[in-house]
Amino acid sequence: MTERLTRTEVERIARLAHLELDDAEADRLTRQLGDILTYFERLREVDTSGVEATTHPVSAGPRMRDDQSRESLPRDEAVAGAPDAADGLFRVPKVIG
Amino acid sequence: MTDASAIETIADVRAALAGVGSAVDVCTIFLERIQERDAALGAFTHVASDTALEEAATVDARGADDPSQPLAGVPIAIKDNICTRGLPTTAASRILTDYRPPYDATVVERLRAAGAVILGKTNCDEFAMGSTTEHSCYGITRNPWDHDRVPGGSSGGSAAAVAARLAPVALGSDTGGSIRQPAAFCGLVGLKPTYGRVSRYGLLAFASSLDQIGPLGLTVADVAAVFRVIAGHDPADATSAAEAVPEWPSGTANETPAIGVPWTLLNDGIDDDVLASFRTALDTLRSSGATLVDIELPHATYAVPTYYVVAPAEASSNLARYDGVRYGVRAPLAETADLTAMYDRTRESGFSDEVKRRIMLGTYALSAGYYDAYYLRAQQIRTLIRRDYDTVFSTVDAVALPTTPTTAFPLGQHADDPLQLYVGDIFTASANLTGLPALSVPSGNDSSGLPIGLQLVGRAFDEVTILDLAARFERERSEPIGRPPGLDPSA
Repeated sequence: MTERLTRTEVERIARLAHLELDDAEADRLTRQLGDILTYFERLREVDTSGVEATTHPVSAGPRMRDDQSRESLPRDEAVAGAPDAADGLFRVPKVIG
Repeated sequence: MTDASAIETIADVRAALAGVGSAVDVCTIFLERIQERDAALGAFTHVASDTALEEAATVDARGADDPSQPLAGVPIAIKDNICTRGLPTTAASRILTDYRPPYDATVVERLRAAGAVILGKTNCDEFAMGSTTEHSCYGITRNPWDHDRVPGGSSGGSAAAVAARLAPVALGSDTGGSIRQPAAFCGLVGLKPTYGRVSRYGLLAFASSLDQIGPLGLTVADVAAVFRVIAGHDPADATSAAEAVPEWPSGTANETPAIGVPWTLLNDGIDDDVLASFRTALDTLRSSGATLVDIELPHATYAVPTYYVVAPAEASSNLARYDGVRYGVRAPLAETADLTAMYDRTRESGFSDEVKRRIMLGTYALSAGYYDAYYLRAQQIRTLIRRDYDTVFSTVDAVALPTTPTTAFPLGQHADDPLQLYVGDIFTASANLTGLPALSVPSGNDSSGLPIGLQLVGRAFDEVTILDLAARFERERSEPIGRPPGLDPSA
């Protein structure tokens, strides 16, 4: 946590996040994210031993409801906002060779 | 009401409709103002002139005095990250260029059912990530009080629209202060309701455990009127709460509330004018019957780093859905490009710098080897901040803080130093981390005439107490808030 973020690490994170960074961006992010992570160091001052993590603010958790079937969006409307759709389906580049 | 320029608040709209005016007249007045003034501000990303006039005509046909329509004929502007059926909804991101959702967010559905007229969509920081409204694919929005300054953000378009009287009220969303900070910067009232109070169904998710939709307006009464319409349980949002929506005004306001003031949080980094206005506001509250209590919120000093771990982590997951498949745009691809190249290029060209920065930060914080050190620890500190507030609320009815450490700053000031901008969320982020309701109400102006906000934080689901307090403060505050230059109604 104390080691400065490296450019290699930034490239690894970009792959995980599906972002294709150019060189200048990767350099800038290495610097900026490094600064931000250094700033996060102060979180280590806090004694968190035995403290429960907050997963749901305020409420006890998600409310369950009955699983009932109901009308849904017509298929054509559901795909209408897609960049490439045909026959009520999303089209993507070939996945299986 | 014969003077068109005098219609500004919901009360003004109601008075006009009770007299000779029609909802179409009122709508036309606001559309004309947008036409005249918005080129200089950039508050709106889309003006829905045709559908707004149709909706207004429907109100006129039905009559504006139907009690089931508390907002009959009231024009409202909607932040561009809230789904509006058939109207562009892009969260100010290139990746959603021209996207028109096939459904309304629950809040929009409720506004329409209440008779409100949707004027259009307002600018924001991309995916609500920012506090200046400079990170938008549509360009910047300017502060009506000073065009060389930011309106705040991320709900900066909504704030600028209301401050410039282009809409009586607007919806924003608040993940770390994105309603309250622009309300403070633009001299408005802005409410972030309790987490779960307002349905998030149809809100483009940024950080799901922090996001809340809420209103901005010129008066506490206007904000409360919109709040009551949009609040309440929604089966479409599993995190929405079942608590009954309160009446407001309650008629049973506590005349001698205890207000906690966490002075140790206010030690440094605050503008002198902001601190002076805060002290004056406390004096006003005290002389109106409130008791002031010194309190400690020891973990609230960690709110900003905690927030900037939690929010980007959730964002990195939420924004994974923008992949060039289901909505928005896909980057142009070579014949031979595979699926991964499509994802990577679409996201690279569709997101701007601030969004990428936060996705990267969140991905890092959640990645193997770092989860415990960052995300888990931040969620634990979140619990500690909430416990601080729980302790304090056993003795006080509300907590008072400045909304922001500074007034609106010049455009472009934080272009290459995101961290410096992030620390400006110091007073607002706690309410999101804890889920507690909080509002900003104008408390005065700095030496340049820029507005300053007083923030009140309440107990969970007790928006009524902070609305009552804010309404009392609004009546009794010593300093007039004034109006943005050029908006003098007598001019």
